[in-house]
Amino acid sequence: MDQQTLSLLVVGATFALYIGIAIWARAGSTSEFYVAGRGINPIANGMATAADWMSAASFISMAGLIAFLGFTGGAYLMGWTGGYVLMALLLAPYLRKFGKFTVPEFIGDRYYSKAARIIAVISLIVMSVTYVIGQMRGVGIAFSNILEVPLATGLIAGMAVVFIYAVLGGMKGITYTQIAQYVIMIFAYTVPAIFIAINLTGNPLPQLGLGSTLQGTDTFLLEALDQTMVDLGFHAYTEVGGMSLMNMFLLTLALMIGTAGLPHVIIRFFTVPRVRDARKSAGWALVFIGILYTTAPAVGAMAIWNLVNTVHPGEIGTEEGHLAHADRPAWMERWEQTGLLEFEDKNGDGVIQYYNDSDEEFAETAEEDYGWEGSEIVTLDRDIMVLANPEIAGLPGWVIALVAAGGIAAALSTAAGLLLAISSAISHDLLKGVFTPRISEKNELLAGRIAMAVAILFAGYLGLNPPGFAAEVVALAFGLAAASLFPTLMMGIFMKKMNKEGAIAGMLVGLGTTLLYIFTYKGWLFFSGTAMLPDNPDGWLLGVNPTGFGAIGAVFNFIAAYIVMKLTREPPKDIQDLVESVRVPRTEG
Amino acid sequence: MSQEDLSRQAYWRAHLRLLGICLAIWFLVSFVLGILVAQPLNAIQLGGYPLGFWFAQQGSIYTFIILIFVYAWRMNVLDRKFNVHEE
Repeated sequence: MDQQTLSLLVVGATFALYIGIAIWARAGSTSEFYVAGRGINPIANGMATAADWMSAASFISMAGLIAFLGFTGGAYLMGWTGGYVLMALLLAPYLRKFGKFTVPEFIGDRYYSKAARIIAVISLIVMSVTYVIGQMRGVGIAFSNILEVPLATGLIAGMAVVFIYAVLGGMKGITYTQIAQYVIMIFAYTVPAIFIAINLTGNPLPQLGLGSTLQGTDTFLLEALDQTMVDLGFHAYTEVGGMSLMNMFLLTLALMIGTAGLPHVIIRFFTVPRVRDARKSAGWALVFIGILYTTAPAVGAMAIWNLVNTVHPGEIGTEEGHLAHADRPAWMERWEQTGLLEFEDKNGDGVIQYYNDSDEEFAETAEEDYGWEGSEIVTLDRDIMVLANPEIAGLPGWVIALVAAGGIAAALSTAAGLLLAISSAISHDLLKGVFTPRISEKNELLAGRIAMAVAILFAGYLGLNPPGFAAEVVALAFGLAAASLFPTLMMGIFMKKMNKEGAIAGMLVGLGTTLLYIFTYKGWLFFSGTAMLPDNPDGWLLGVNPTGFGAIGAVFNFIAAYIVMKLTREPPKDIQDLVESVRVPRTEG
Repeated sequence: MSQEDLSRQAYWRAHLRLLGICLAIWFLVSFVLGILVAQPLNAIQLGGYPLGFWFAQQGSIYTFIILIFVYAWRMNVLDRKFNVHEE
């Protein structure tokens, strides 16, 4: 059986499973559609949250970014896990105590203001749609790889699947399917990592393998990798490079507070029976997430190691040291069909050179010493690294198929969760909550589904011309959540005197400045032609990368809210009592 | 101010103290050890890992997981002590 048939079979089987579960557990009432009747055990909820949370960005994209960033890639690892600490400590238990369906509902009630609620809904929609763009890119890449078609075709297939999938099931369907997805995802991520760790280091645990010596030598893997990268003109893998220390700090912070402000994740903690389950659920979610996140650094480092050694099988600069273009492995040819990997024999020597040609000094020496005229891997999309990883390592076909299925599961589960958040924002918060309070349950569900369809179309279009790699686009979404929702939620719980004027000003300033900064470099509404300044360290204001700006936007949010609060009336007594009551698990008696 | 309000305030203060400690650890392992002083820390090896690199890509995550469970456990103790725990 060839690779394509095998991959299609495995992916098809997993699909049948998810859709089967979704139909079996189809949502009945509105309450079930949103929060599954609050009847879900913390461990199960943690696993489903993990699946919901670990998106194409985590599964497909992140290790690829780490592979090329090295040490500074830790921003993604710490940022996307550290946020759970904030969520468990600062938000989840109180929001569960408050006991409403959605985040804007909390903001609307806490700040006794429809305007605040509407702004929260808008923030939520902006960040969720940005997030879905990243997922669509992931789904598109996975499908184009399996079907061996260009990215655009793969993307359309992906959109259709996401639509059917998200519209069919409500939260309940999604919770059970997500448990299935988590299992497939984690299996698909760790199995190849274990294989590769054994191949390279003899240690089956990737977390330990990364810190081990290379098979049959006394050299540590990371040490050898540092040396190889330096030999090719890149920065040492374990040292700062690819982004400045300041941007690493800001990105980590933005991702952390963004995680804690993500409405589709917070909504998960509304589904547990008790406040103390909300605290523990976040811990369980992080255990399940941590399995993938502690494996990812090994996947990244070993992928770049294997890639570089595939292209340079011998001593760099010698004739037999380079891979002849004609001899390139099958996986390279397959990825060339998607347009995400491209070669160009610049110096016409028939072999491939891969090195850092943007380092001028190194490029000059390389030209003098070796006759290289530029790196000949002209396109190497970071987002293909994880999917190609088992192929690069020469693992069996079923492992390759499994990884593709896992990648699709990751993108699908998160896209579904996000689309649910978008749909409930529009139908529940905007229509029922503000504009048409008398809407029937049936029409509310219908409106939600229409909203999903529109979001999928928009995100699919931008997935084709994305403002960055999947994980970077998702990082932008986190920045938006960090700047708009997190400070407002946190102040709503920890500052009894925070009033509606302060909250509204904070959200507007946080969301406004962050959107403005992102659009300046990424284009208005992410249409890339409309960017006003070049998106590189020279163009960035004070060198701040747009992906990390959310941290600064959040600070602006806090400051604006505080100043306006001081200048306006304090909130009514019943609101202050409400804040008191969410701070304790049991108020009566 | 009634007795109940006082105990409510004491509960909240004890809670904030616990939060402060947990958040200090959270900041230390990620932002300090994993980013700000990671480069000098890299001089120390943990097996084949330079230590700063290990904190950024492994150690901080393990700490986060432990931190949440410790917090949940301490909070349950606190809830019971102040008699605000759920049935």
